[in-house]
Amino acid sequence: MGGSWSFTKAYGPSPKAHMRWIWIDKFIEFTPKTSATALKNCSLAEEHLHDLYPDFPIVPHSLIVEGMAQTAGILVGEARNFKEKVILAKVGKAIFHRLVRPGDTILFKATVDQLNEQGASICGRVECGPDLVAEIELMFSHIDQNISGIKFPEHNFVFTEQFTELLANYRLGSGIAL
Amino acid sequence: MTHDEIYAKVKDVLVDALGVDDDEVTPTAVIRDDLGAESIDFLDIMFRLEKAFGIKIPKGELMPENVASDPNFVQNNTLTPQGIAMLKDKMPHSNFTEFEKNPTVENMSKLFTVEAIVKYVEGKLK
Repeated sequence: MGGSWSFTKAYGPSPKAHMRWIWIDKFIEFTPKTSATALKNCSLAEEHLHDLYPDFPIVPHSLIVEGMAQTAGILVGEARNFKEKVILAKVGKAIFHRLVRPGDTILFKATVDQLNEQGASICGRVECGPDLVAEIELMFSHIDQNISGIKFPEHNFVFTEQFTELLANYRLGSGIAL
Repeated sequence: MTHDEIYAKVKDVLVDALGVDDDEVTPTAVIRDDLGAESIDFLDIMFRLEKAFGIKIPKGELMPENVASDPNFVQNNTLTPQGIAMLKDKMPHSNFTEFEKNPTVENMSKLFTVEAIVKYVEGKLK
């Protein structure tokens, strides 16, 4: 990894996001077409931790699934150079073994199980230190390749800057001299 | 692999993919109408069949795509003789006896039964 790699040069420009809906902080591993690991620090300062049970802040399970979907979705999208509109289509399994609380750092580990021109299936593990938080199986569809022949907008509205920046920052490395 | 062995594995695939009970999966069960499969489930079934049997299923081979939008194959919501011939050619694993009595677009889903999948896999493994 070095400082000269450019996401735009590698994949073209990505559209700007109008709102931030990002549930992972950074990638710590990314092996194209194979696996990716993203990290999230869970903070008491995040509003959504207080919404579900006001007197007992936790990260809702739905947002843990979303974090895994974002990790895996970027892995699937990168596999075909972000040319496909990758949509989460099915949650095959989501088993939770423990709660995630403020101060926890969780890892989303996504592994490609199957991948072709129509979509992908992913096996996911969410971990917090030595603990297994969740096991999640996801299916993604490349919606432009759908069997119904439905046409979608031409531009890739899925991979906005908020997602592509994550991969760009991982590839640029973390050594930024002040 | 025998027909029964293939059937047992196909049954496991459908139970896992569709979340149905074991006894709901019968040879004549229609994947969409009887087992409740939706479009994304077909991709899931395809992935699981590839993994379970070590086969590759090219796009459109298990089930032809975009048939309804082709005017050569469908007129007034009904399959033309050309359309039926095309389906028979693409889906030799399906039984067309009942479908040909009323070959509408809606009834196309009835061609995709559990037994059709078993026969398709049998053909791929030969």
